[in-house]
Amino acid sequence: MSIEEYETVIGLEVHAELSTKTKIFCKCPTKFGAEPNTQVCPICMAMPGTLPVLNEKVVEYAVKAGITTNCEIERNSKNDRKNYFYPDLPKAYQISQYDRPLCKNGNIEITVDGEKKKIGITRIHIEEDAGKLNHDDFGGGSLVDLNRAGVPLIEIVSEPDMRSSKEVDAYLKKLKAILEYIEVSDCKMQEGSFRADVNVSVRKKGQKEFGTRTEMKNMNSFRSIVRAIEYERQRQIEVIENGGKIEQETLRWDDVSGRTFSMRDKEDAQDYRYFPDPDLVAIKLSEEYIENIKNNLPELPESRKQRYLEDYKLTVKEADGLTASKYLSNLFEEATKISNNPKAVCNWIMSDISRILNERELEPSDIKFSGKDLAELIDLIEKGTISSAIAKKVLDKMFDEAKKPEDIIKENGWIQISDEGAIKEVVIKILEANPQSVADYKAGKEKALGFLVGQAMKETKGQANPQMLNQMFKEELK
Amino acid sequence: MDITELTVHELQEKLKNKELTITEINKAYIDRINEKEKDIQAFITLTTDEALEKSKNIEEKVNKGEIKGELAGIPIGIKDNMCINGVKTTCASKMLENFIAPYNATVIEKINDENMISLGKTNMDEFAMGSSTETSYFKKTKNPWDLSKVPGGSSGGSAAAVAANMVPWALGSDTGGSIRQPAGCCGIVGLKPTYGLVSRYGLIAYASSLDQIGTFTKDVEDTAILLNVIAGHDDRDTTSAKKEKKDYTKALKNDVKGLKIAVPKEFFGDGINKEVKESIEKAIEKYKELGAIVEEVSLDIANYALATYYIIACAEASSNLGRFDGIRYGYRSPKFNNLRDIYINSRSEGFGDEVKRRIILGTYVLSSGYYDAYYKKAQQVRTLVKSRFDEVFENHDIILTPTAPTTAFKIGEKSDNPLEMYLSDICTVSLNIAGLPGLSIPCGVDSEGMPVGMQLIGKRFDEETILNAGYTYEQATKFRETYKPTFKK
Repeated sequence: MSIEEYETVIGLEVHAELSTKTKIFCKCPTKFGAEPNTQVCPICMAMPGTLPVLNEKVVEYAVKAGITTNCEIERNSKNDRKNYFYPDLPKAYQISQYDRPLCKNGNIEITVDGEKKKIGITRIHIEEDAGKLNHDDFGGGSLVDLNRAGVPLIEIVSEPDMRSSKEVDAYLKKLKAILEYIEVSDCKMQEGSFRADVNVSVRKKGQKEFGTRTEMKNMNSFRSIVRAIEYERQRQIEVIENGGKIEQETLRWDDVSGRTFSMRDKEDAQDYRYFPDPDLVAIKLSEEYIENIKNNLPELPESRKQRYLEDYKLTVKEADGLTASKYLSNLFEEATKISNNPKAVCNWIMSDISRILNERELEPSDIKFSGKDLAELIDLIEKGTISSAIAKKVLDKMFDEAKKPEDIIKENGWIQISDEGAIKEVVIKILEANPQSVADYKAGKEKALGFLVGQAMKETKGQANPQMLNQMFKEELK
Repeated sequence: MDITELTVHELQEKLKNKELTITEINKAYIDRINEKEKDIQAFITLTTDEALEKSKNIEEKVNKGEIKGELAGIPIGIKDNMCINGVKTTCASKMLENFIAPYNATVIEKINDENMISLGKTNMDEFAMGSSTETSYFKKTKNPWDLSKVPGGSSGGSAAAVAANMVPWALGSDTGGSIRQPAGCCGIVGLKPTYGLVSRYGLIAYASSLDQIGTFTKDVEDTAILLNVIAGHDDRDTTSAKKEKKDYTKALKNDVKGLKIAVPKEFFGDGINKEVKESIEKAIEKYKELGAIVEEVSLDIANYALATYYIIACAEASSNLGRFDGIRYGYRSPKFNNLRDIYINSRSEGFGDEVKRRIILGTYVLSSGYYDAYYKKAQQVRTLVKSRFDEVFENHDIILTPTAPTTAFKIGEKSDNPLEMYLSDICTVSLNIAGLPGLSIPCGVDSEGMPVGMQLIGKRFDEETILNAGYTYEQATKFRETYKPTFKK
């Protein structure tokens, strides 16, 4: 049988850290990257006798996520304890939700290759994150950092509705965008605040029952997720084709070798002994409470996209690209308030800004400059103060330091040379140094002009006005 | 005048009249502790030096008029499962032998706000699991009425310390009877308030849905005074009730005319000692004399309370005690090669038998496949127990029962028989299951001279009615003036 006769079935459990200022059960800050064990208190360190108090913002954020993913909201919810021992779990139980999650039965619509599809959301529940173990450099021991213990999470469990890595990619991007727009999570994947457990199985097309699934835990890059699904699908099909059986197990994806590895631990058959947490009272939500959240939701990506298509005449691809990230979309909106060239703003965001983000492995939320700065930069090009070549250098600097583009240009002496005398001087110098090109041009080779202009730009470190250079060369070569 | 014989309201009177000073009072109690501790063994940690220092300081401030509080300088004993910042808090366990609490429990803050002075941390059953204070890792507390007998438990240290006049009053905690039963055994007054009346923040949890902090005092008036201090909503404990602050001393009217008392026949069955029954029956007669209306009722659901209690309490305990893992604080076994060893050896060596027994029971009833048959069923029975009590309260103001089936038993008599030990709580557990308040007051002695406790059960958040009923009985019978601990060896 061939690989085409198989269908891949994928379900996801996404963990998103909520961007509340304080932890879920105490008043410690949730800021990322602090010195180990500096954002802790007796409660999140599980000192004997301490009690949790539920941060109401966490409930609000989870309800927001539920409403925007078309979930039913549970009016009478509760917290449950999930019991297990691990050094990063100071209470030896995680406060989570078991049989009455805050949200259930929702869906997200995705578009893949022009086709729309609804991906079911089984449930969204709230829970606390665990701490972190540092295994290196401590003489064989491990150190426990509890800064992250008690940071609020929502777990968004999808139905096994996805059939390809493309659908998974689309689902994750859509989900990430929604969470960013409603401002419940900053979804920084590198910091682990948006991560997914990926469940993959394969079955023959037309078969009703699901195949045995494997799970890859804690994946935090779209690229790795796509690669891991592709790999795992092929591996499973090969096993089956060779007469083998898929074992239900947890796998670890190794990005370097591009393979999954079994995390075989036979003691893994955990019984979490869930039961309602007696330290916390039931979470009862009134109709007014839910209505109030519904009525105060910010604009969602879908509606922004429509606006961009109509108001700015952007293409679908451009509108999709901009609205995929709230931060990029906000940057666009801020810039277009000042700039009257939305196409240019869109181009800068979609090409150079996106390129730099990729190169530097940054998230759009890491961008330090404002839309106003971007609009000014574009304005400077249009006014002829700088060339677009220089503008790219300015943009690069804007990622490093929070300075106005104008100041960066001044500091670096990058103002465009538009003085006729100065330009003429350069043109003559380049002509003298390149007699062959001059001859080529005169012999009808238009391309030679481009080379000469390029040399002049090099000579002026990109600061010469390119239109003036062009014109001046043409005149001198007449 | 023996200062340590006085109740707190008497001490307050003498302070007001300048017959006594704060340091005199504290010195008297410290001297008494120094004299009696070797026999009673009530304390795990004594903080008497700090207390003496503090009493001088407070006295000075009171004299200068910087502090007003009516309880300023009054000493108190604290059960060793409540956290006091900077003081060892052991839960009478090897697991926490060297644990110094890094924060104050809410009740401790309240006591500090009143400028009261803790003289020390009192002995208890390990993690409050037991009915005799014998499961303490450190020592066995003796009953001041007979040193060969247990003081009851789990708050046996607090009860014995009050009975032996080593502190004028003390705090304890009650999960299934751990205040009322030792109060009964030691011939003093013990109150378990309604679940949610007193904040549990800083009380090291045994069973979160049943635990409640309460008082040990020499008389009911002191109970009302101390309850005034510790009751009240706390933002740090979401299970604490949002109720208006009350002055419980105003409830003490010395009048029970027309009070409707229910006496459930199930609490007078075969398991109840004959002499205990006789004492309680006498007390019932007394109430009738005082004008109360007594009626026998049936509370058959109470027969299921003990089983329900052990399932729920152990289930919660198995989870609550998970944090004692040898990682961040507490005992860590020196024998380990890997993480598993740290967990297994630290917990095997750090916990005593009774604690391990309850963790194993609790783990079992929560495990998949057994949850429905045990934990879920127990929660259903819990609902029934609540509603049966509520039904009785539709027609009655209080319910009267013995506090315990027997008077204090011999040290060692039941320590090898956990089931028999568990029966000590048969009269008290249903209140924790239902969240009701219960007051134990002494109502006589048996032929060996050991005190008998009577339990008065009230409606939820109606501590006033049982306090008044207890107070009225106390005024009419004067138990404290008739009987005193003999320190018999």
